[in-house]
Amino acid sequence: MSNAYMPFGSEILEIIQHTDIEYTFRMAYEGDMVPGQFFEVSIPKYGECPISVSGIGENYIDLTIRRVGKVTDELHNFKVGQKFFMRGPYGNGFEMKHYENKEVIITAGGSGLAPVKGIIDEIHRDKSSVKDFHLLVGFKSPEDVLFKSDLAAWKEAGLGQTLTVDGAEEGYEGHVGLVTKYVPDLKIANMDDVEVVIVGPPMMMKFTVQEYIKRGVPENQIWVSYERKMHCGLGKCGGCKMDDTYICLDGPVFNYVDAKKLFD
Amino acid sequence: MKLRVNNAEINSVFEQLSGEYRIIAPVRKPLRGTMSDTDAIRYEEVTTIEEIEFRDKAQFSAKEVMQPITQVLFYFTEDEYKIPAADQKKILLFLRACDIHALDRFDQIYLDNGPVDPYYKQIRDRVKIALIGCEHSYRNCFCVSMGTNKADTYAMGIQPVDGGANVELNEKDLAQAFAALTGAEHIEFEVPFVTENTTKVTVPENIDGKGVAELDIWREYDSRCVACGKCNFVCPTCTCFGMQDIFYKDNENTGERRRVWTSCHVDGYTDMAGGHGFRKKHGDRMRFKTLHKVHDYNKRFNKHMCVGCGRCDDACPSYISFSSCVNKLSDLEKGAK
Repeated sequence: MSNAYMPFGSEILEIIQHTDIEYTFRMAYEGDMVPGQFFEVSIPKYGECPISVSGIGENYIDLTIRRVGKVTDELHNFKVGQKFFMRGPYGNGFEMKHYENKEVIITAGGSGLAPVKGIIDEIHRDKSSVKDFHLLVGFKSPEDVLFKSDLAAWKEAGLGQTLTVDGAEEGYEGHVGLVTKYVPDLKIANMDDVEVVIVGPPMMMKFTVQEYIKRGVPENQIWVSYERKMHCGLGKCGGCKMDDTYICLDGPVFNYVDAKKLFD
Repeated sequence: MKLRVNNAEINSVFEQLSGEYRIIAPVRKPLRGTMSDTDAIRYEEVTTIEEIEFRDKAQFSAKEVMQPITQVLFYFTEDEYKIPAADQKKILLFLRACDIHALDRFDQIYLDNGPVDPYYKQIRDRVKIALIGCEHSYRNCFCVSMGTNKADTYAMGIQPVDGGANVELNEKDLAQAFAALTGAEHIEFEVPFVTENTTKVTVPENIDGKGVAELDIWREYDSRCVACGKCNFVCPTCTCFGMQDIFYKDNENTGERRRVWTSCHVDGYTDMAGGHGFRKKHGDRMRFKTLHKVHDYNKRFNKHMCVGCGRCDDACPSYISFSSCVNKLSDLEKGAK
């Protein structure tokens, strides 16, 4: 019988530094997957942790990882050419069919940009697949901005973008303030056509959803992705259960109609 | 096949089975209880019928057999994971009716919810169940309320009688072993089961979990519950685990990945890297457990997780009663109508 807990080794093809503590690891991988799915990264001696996929290529996947715990601290000692273990992909992910021919608005907070980046990459590859697109993304400070070159490339390609930071030193010329501040300014041509994706820290998601509902976006056109403790990713350990829902099996991506019923 | 056999004959069958089976049953450990001058009753391997504790309820369930407290998933070096060799012996497991139902609740999670868990399945496939009849209900039991007082799938049923036992055999291997006994007498009997408990529980059938989570009734448990997790660890249906990597002192590049019991009442259960966690208040943990046992598991799998064994109430150092808590919920539901 196959063992669902058995990780496989994958080679690090490239490491892209975003900030002092956040890096993208480009890992050799071939297989079907969709944005928003995740892997359990598995480092012997240090343990496992769920990491969502931030980019999907023909023979690679990207994992954007912040040094924040035992496994991720160790991971940052790895170099290009070395291998580390992982298992997955797990979870449902974002289904692109929901966003085709729609006005897509993606709202991301900090590292919440990683799980939705795959959607933006898809739209960047084929702008004609959507009616309109806007990315509203917030970071703590200008130093915390992730995917700087991608953000520039998307902007260059004419994809709408509002980048804001919670706070900055005097003289900063970009937007300052929480993402919720910019929701009322977003252009929505037809409320029936809009699909909103919101991913970020729990409080950011909670208040951002409310802002979109205030704007009149129907609940079934809002999508969120949840993050919980996951030891297994297989519906066994119980750590990610919310009511009768296992985030690892049924999520992490939910339509807000379902997500609003979940509670910890 | 139903037989009356004496203890010596049962022991000869046990011995005959011992090449192929491990016989695991509740055993009384004198003066090993948590309070002074009390005994502990927990599951262990036995070789004779006299070792098996039939009189009182086991304080711990048999889940230690199905899901060991710590279980090695892999031995690893820096670049290789190796699956440990598994025991191949069959297991004859002595369970009361409630605990047989508990095994079904475990199966649901480990065999059905997502992919099959290979470690659980490896053990589960080797288990044959021996039903211990209940002559009477025990303190805090509410199996009748949960519909788990009677079991109908078991390889062997047993009712101890003076100097021996009545046995019901529903499975080929065991029937053959017992049929070979010269002194066995064919009789008619039914494995006894409880038809009424002192503790009665009404499970609320139509609650709105999210609404219930916001009620004030949980605040009582903020201070009463000390978050020790005993209720979870004695529960025959609590399935949660955490992962743990350890490495060996003499060679730090080799070690084990283990899974270890964890529980929703214990600190750290929901904590993620970076420190964010959920349900800091102990009352919210009581609510999370209660709803899992009598609400959301049923919503997902069409049966309640709780089997009414009452061990949580037996074990709680703060005398919190789970059954009273469930009754409070159903009273609230009735009151709301």
